Amino acid sequence: MEEKKIINKRAYKQGYYPPIPTGMTKFFRTCKIWQFFRFIALNLKMLKVVSKSH
Amino acid sequence: MARVVILGAGVSGHTAASFLGEWLGKKHEIIVVTPNSQWNWIPSNIWVGVGKMDASEVIFGLESVYKKINVKFKQAKALSIYPEGSIDTESGFVKIEYTGQDKAGQSEDVEYDYLINATGPKLNFHMTDGLGPENGFTSSVCTYSHAQEANVKLNESIEKMKNGERQKFVVGTGHGMCTCQGAAFEYIFNIEHVLKENGVRDMADLVWISNEYELGDFGMGGMHLKRGGYITNGKVFTESIMAERGISWITGAHVSKIEEGNIFYEQLDGNEDSVDFDFSMLIPPFGGVGLKAYDKHGDEITDKIFAPNGFMKVDADYTPKAYEEYRASDWPETYQNPLYKNMFAAGIAFAPPHLISKPMSSPKGTPINPTPPRTGMPSGMIGKAIAKSIRDLIVRGENTPLHTASMANIGAACVASTGMGFFNGSAAAMTVYPVVPDFEKYPEYGRDTDLTFGEVGLAGHWIKHVLHHMFLYKAKLKTGWTLIPE
Ligand SMILES: Cc1cc2nc3c(=O)[nH]c(=O)nc-3n(C[C@H](O)[C@H](O)[C@H](O)COP(=O)(O)OP(=O)(O)OC[C@H]3O[C@@H](n4cnc5c(N)ncnc54)[C@H](O)[C@@H]3O)c2cc1C
Repeated sequence: MEEKKIINKRAYKQGYYPPIPTGMTKFFRTCKIWQFFRFIALNLKMLKVVSKSH
Repeated sequence: MARVVILGAGVSGHTAASFLGEWLGKKHEIIVVTPNSQWNWIPSNIWVGVGKMDASEVIFGLESVYKKINVKFKQAKALSIYPEGSIDTESGFVKIEYTGQDKAGQSEDVEYDYLINATGPKLNFHMTDGLGPENGFTSSVCTYSHAQEANVKLNESIEKMKNGERQKFVVGTGHGMCTCQGAAFEYIFNIEHVLKENGVRDMADLVWISNEYELGDFGMGGMHLKRGGYITNGKVFTESIMAERGISWITGAHVSKIEEGNIFYEQLDGNEDSVDFDFSMLIPPFGGVGLKAYDKHGDEITDKIFAPNGFMKVDADYTPKAYEEYRASDWPETYQNPLYKNMFAAGIAFAPPHLISKPMSSPKGTPINPTPPRTGMPSGMIGKAIAKSIRDLIVRGENTPLHTASMANIGAACVASTGMGFFNGSAAAMTVYPVVPDFEKYPEYGRDTDLTFGEVGLAGHWIKHVLHHMFLYKAKLKTGWTLIPE
């Protein structure tokens, strides 16, 4: 008899519904040049939070 | 000459002591009373808990640092406060018991003109049977020594996986009334990262368990972020991070009991179930450290000064009200005790007026809702605002206006970072502004959606490392420390 093989592992499970990053998103998350600019942008945002908090 | 006594040298107490020492140390007496001789940068305990940092990298000795700014250091724990003094003395005083400095066990009465209670949380492991590293079955990362023990257990599990044995990791909150979900959130990502580094990720099941109604609540009633052309609830952001890493989650859960290898929980919908584990790190519920208070005649007045949870009452509006009626203005601004005006409470030690998240309970009546977080940035800012107020009261006199630092005007940052390498780490960086939503100022979401954001990537990882070094530098009061923001 043919062995049953589960091929649809994700549907209707918890992890099926949230957004999962695409390859492009993952690339940008680790791209050093892009992340350098994000580093500056995030620091500026955090400084804005800090200055608004004082 | 005035005398200021600060109880506790954590984020808020150390900030207050440092500024008071800098501003007043030469002319007035500043005394810190704290049971541990070491200062601990608690956020980096997460890295100690996965073996990426040694405990020695997140602590340093306090006494020599305080000498630089003429702050006296007493390694002792406060037991009780006498805000009216006693029949023998007019001045308020604190009863302390030494834990070090070759005087362990000895007690002393320390008089004060101004008192700051910055004693942080008591880790209430006893509220859940079987919770915690001391008398239970779960680990903790709340102190550096707990984090060291957690790392040992984590490595035992990693070894087992290397020998072909599957392991299940359960991380989150150990009671329906916990706060500090951010710390557990950061820890589960670090575990996942370390498992990958060790080549055993496929041998592990990771489960998140928490008292949040939905993922991403963090005790702040969640948050809204601008992402991909939408304003999205933080639940989507947080679930995405979990799903990407193959972590499953149980929410709305009150952990009621833990036995060896089994966590029993009750959920908001009444479901009662259990989840098995090989390694678990659960944050305990927090309470006040149990300080007592007495009047001039020695009669107990603890309930006048402290809320039932042990946190000190300050200038908040404690009138009970429904969630829909919560206002930003309920939250304290000056942190002055309403009965004794020379007494203040900073950081986790002050009693919040109510929750930030919506109060909820199971059909059985068990409260299951996160309590309000008082994270590093607000704790530091509150400590500094109180220091400024006390400086002005001493220098300018009693009628000077006090400084304010309401959590409805303060933001917070949480950076959950994994990995140590410059290029091989990642982080989920989040900020919220303000911590306590203000629906009168921001009617739609209660927060400024430009300053409330979340992002995953290397940049956040770099920020976390910069923060680690910057805050340790600042706490050691090295050249230019006053220029570094809280
Ligand atoms: C693992 C972990 C990770 C975290 N990560 C972050 C993060 O990334 N970002 C962030 O913003 N926040 C983070 N936090 C929260 C942050 O650590 C707290 O908000 C902050 O430490 C609160 O400061 P505090 O001064 O109120 O209390 P604490 O820093 O806990 O200090 C309390 C002090 O009081 C002392 N004390 C206790 N009892 C007595 C007594 N009887 N008498 C005198 N002194 C006493 C203690 O020894 C301690 O020195 C994290 C917390 C944990 C547990």
